[in-house]
Amino acid sequence: MNAENFQTSRCITLNILRYNPQDKASEPRLQSYALEAADGMTLFIALNELREHQDPTLQFDFVCRAGICGSCAMMVNGRPRLACRTLIADLPDESTLTPLPFFALIGDLSVNTGKWMRGMSERLQTWLHAKEAEPDLERIEERMAPETAEAIYELDRCIECGCCVAACGTAQMRPDFVGAVGFGKIARFRIDPRDTRDDDDYFELIGDDAGVFGCMSLLACHDMCPKALPLKTQIAFLRRKMALVA
Amino acid sequence: MKTRITDVLVIGGGLAGLRAAIGAAKRGHEVMVLSLVPPKRSHSAAAQGGMQASLANVIKGQGDTEDIHFEDTVRGSDWGADQVVARMFVHTAPKAVRELAAWGTPWSRVKSGDREVIINNEKVTITERDAAEGLIAQRDFGGTKKWRTCYVSDGTGHAMLFTVSDQAIAQGITVEERCEALALIHDGERCYGAVARNLMTGELFACLARATVIATGGAGRLYRVTTNAVICEGMGHALALETGVAALGNMEAVQFHPTGIFPAGILVTEGCRGDGGLLRDAEGHRFMPDYEPEKKELASRDVVSRRMEEHIRKGLGVDSRFGPHLWLDITQLGRRHIEHNLREVKEICAYFLGIDPAEKWIPVRPAQHYTMGGVRTRHTGESPYLKGLFAAGEAACWDLHGFNRLGGNSVAETVVAGMIVGETAADFCDDPENDRAAPIALAREFVRREEAKLLALLQSNGEENAFKLCTEMQEIMTRCVGIFRTADGLQDGVSHLQRLLQRSRHIGVRSKTRGSNPELVAAYRVRRMLKLALTIAYGAYQRTESRGAHFREDFPARNDRDWLKRTLAFWPQETEEEATLPRLEYEALNVNEMELPPGWRGYGAKNHIEHPDTAERQFAVERTRNHVQLAGGDRFALQQELMPYLDKLPARLQGRNERLDEPL
Repeated sequence: MNAENFQTSRCITLNILRYNPQDKASEPRLQSYALEAADGMTLFIALNELREHQDPTLQFDFVCRAGICGSCAMMVNGRPRLACRTLIADLPDESTLTPLPFFALIGDLSVNTGKWMRGMSERLQTWLHAKEAEPDLERIEERMAPETAEAIYELDRCIECGCCVAACGTAQMRPDFVGAVGFGKIARFRIDPRDTRDDDDYFELIGDDAGVFGCMSLLACHDMCPKALPLKTQIAFLRRKMALVA
Repeated sequence: MKTRITDVLVIGGGLAGLRAAIGAAKRGHEVMVLSLVPPKRSHSAAAQGGMQASLANVIKGQGDTEDIHFEDTVRGSDWGADQVVARMFVHTAPKAVRELAAWGTPWSRVKSGDREVIINNEKVTITERDAAEGLIAQRDFGGTKKWRTCYVSDGTGHAMLFTVSDQAIAQGITVEERCEALALIHDGERCYGAVARNLMTGELFACLARATVIATGGAGRLYRVTTNAVICEGMGHALALETGVAALGNMEAVQFHPTGIFPAGILVTEGCRGDGGLLRDAEGHRFMPDYEPEKKELASRDVVSRRMEEHIRKGLGVDSRFGPHLWLDITQLGRRHIEHNLREVKEICAYFLGIDPAEKWIPVRPAQHYTMGGVRTRHTGESPYLKGLFAAGEAACWDLHGFNRLGGNSVAETVVAGMIVGETAADFCDDPENDRAAPIALAREFVRREEAKLLALLQSNGEENAFKLCTEMQEIMTRCVGIFRTADGLQDGVSHLQRLLQRSRHIGVRSKTRGSNPELVAAYRVRRMLKLALTIAYGAYQRTESRGAHFREDFPARNDRDWLKRTLAFWPQETEEEATLPRLEYEALNVNEMELPPGWRGYGAKNHIEHPDTAERQFAVERTRNHVQLAGGDRFALQQELMPYLDKLPARLQGRNERLDEPL
């Protein structure tokens, strides 16, 4: 029983894109690192081992390392993934890691998703627009159907990791495209009975080519979402609703 | 020198910091938040279980009140908590949940009618009231008498953090992402803000503020194995400690959780054992019945964690490249049960271990989980030692949790503390007594000092490696200052840590860039982490009793007679560069002011040594209870007689909480 829980030792190679945009002498290049894979080793563990033992300059981002916070999205062999929950055991003997495209590069595998997400939130006003400015905190809360709360949570599970935007064909061509993450937010507030906005308001936010009419329906966003959000249906639904307003 | 001036500077962009920021901004103040990461990536997001608040909507929570939440919290703390703070907290928690509901958090809701639940390993049908349909639901949690934990499916912290973060964006609050505070700017009496470093560019800047709030979360990364995120390195604690003026409270109070998956430390739920999962050792032997014949795997968290570590110490753990561990075996529960009732566990096992828990055992080891200690503050959140410095949430010790935190009280505390400290920080700014000219020269001096430290690190030819020192520290903390503590082990730990701190003065960094430089960050942080580690280890060494999560094998009883007091740790200022130990002071808790005098917790050992005032206070409490009852007073009147607290809350939070069975 115990022996089955161990793998035989295996050496792997990680080709990592190195580039420091702050350093004028730096040029983008792939650098190869070899390391010994261990049982249960994730890219989180592997990259930290590399930084601690081989190359202290290596830049990457991890926070929760449990697939919850969305910090560590990167391209693993050409596909956007959360590095923290990518097992070395599932990778080939040689793999290539590059930063997410589209977002501003900080260095190596680290990109500035935070700045872009805040800009998107401001632009799409991704907060609840409530009826009353100040809720009465002493009274029993407003009721909500349990199914409605669940439906909102299903769309609220987005972790803003950026995988959907990195995978998006439209975003490659339109830097102002709000991406599936933006549509997901609008869809979430749209079904929230506490929000006072209607489709006319949402049309102002996403009723153009930078919004829902820019989507070419390639839908890699849907395939790449680490949280398996129903992006495909939400985008199609929003497009139909926005077309009705137009 | 770049200088930013604001009214309220908040260090930390998690739930506590953001909620405090929103409160101060709504009062008309300029607020700036410094955050190591984009705020929505904060560790608050990892809280899955829920948030305690006595709404009493579900049938199993019927009859719940602030009073019962208060008693659960104080018992959980092993009487280490400040009872006035606990009262302020339980009174505000329902308001916090309702505010979040109004801001958009999709709390799970009550569905009226019959439903099947598992209680005590048996299927039971319970019937929710029609009147509760659509109100916020509560679930069961450890250490509570009622079902009190409000939740959003399995992602409570995430949903709360996104709600609060989006509200902060709506308020237009400035968040400086990927910026780290390196030092507080102060003159020994008053705090004026902080020196910050942009982690992307390496640039230093001064943030001058009238009020400064530390809300940086816990310090789990002082330990080798922790459920905490990698950013939980206690840097806010260190900011306060390094002033030499502000104190840290109860740093030796550290909570461990039995089943972190190994080696990552990611939590797997207690439900595994609740449903019949077993713990096994290297030989596949089920060892818990040897230690705890009655409760076996289902003894309390601290007890199970202690037994697991004891077993590993005996050499019976499973060896691996990352150290020893034990097995959690849930294979006997069957695939159907695991895929339906333990879906999360199945996913964690698949993603992080690449195993199917229906067929293979899960490697586990107890993991550091929560930092009860923090920046010592008054009930207002303000440091009694440094004017203008506030703290909120896990980074603070105001002191809600004492020596053990209850599940569900952590995210609840973040929002409640944010609601209160946002107001008290705003009050502080509004008071003309506190007006001072912005001390530019002082700021310049502090920036220069930090600049010089960084430069010295970059130019050093020292042979010490920051990553290695950090790993050594984490190993010492886990080995000597973990679940089981003894005088010998702690002494050994303290002297090891002292040597590490001395060695850390000779760190060399290989990468010499002043811009984004992860090795440089590790270098300056490990020095601070070592100081914190020493406050924990030394405090634990001095505390010759067992209380809550602090367990001394050589002093297994809680000793109220000698130790009903809070540890205060100061870092010696004059000799900062030479010092290797904090200065400890103690602050007695006053039994005669307690609403709930010390007693047995209702679980765990029944062996405490009484405080001399306890019997008298107990008698006084009983007498008051009888008086109030005879006079026809209600629970509010009784509480007011025993320990008044309402006037300590901001006026807008003082009102009563409506419930189905308790109309206003």
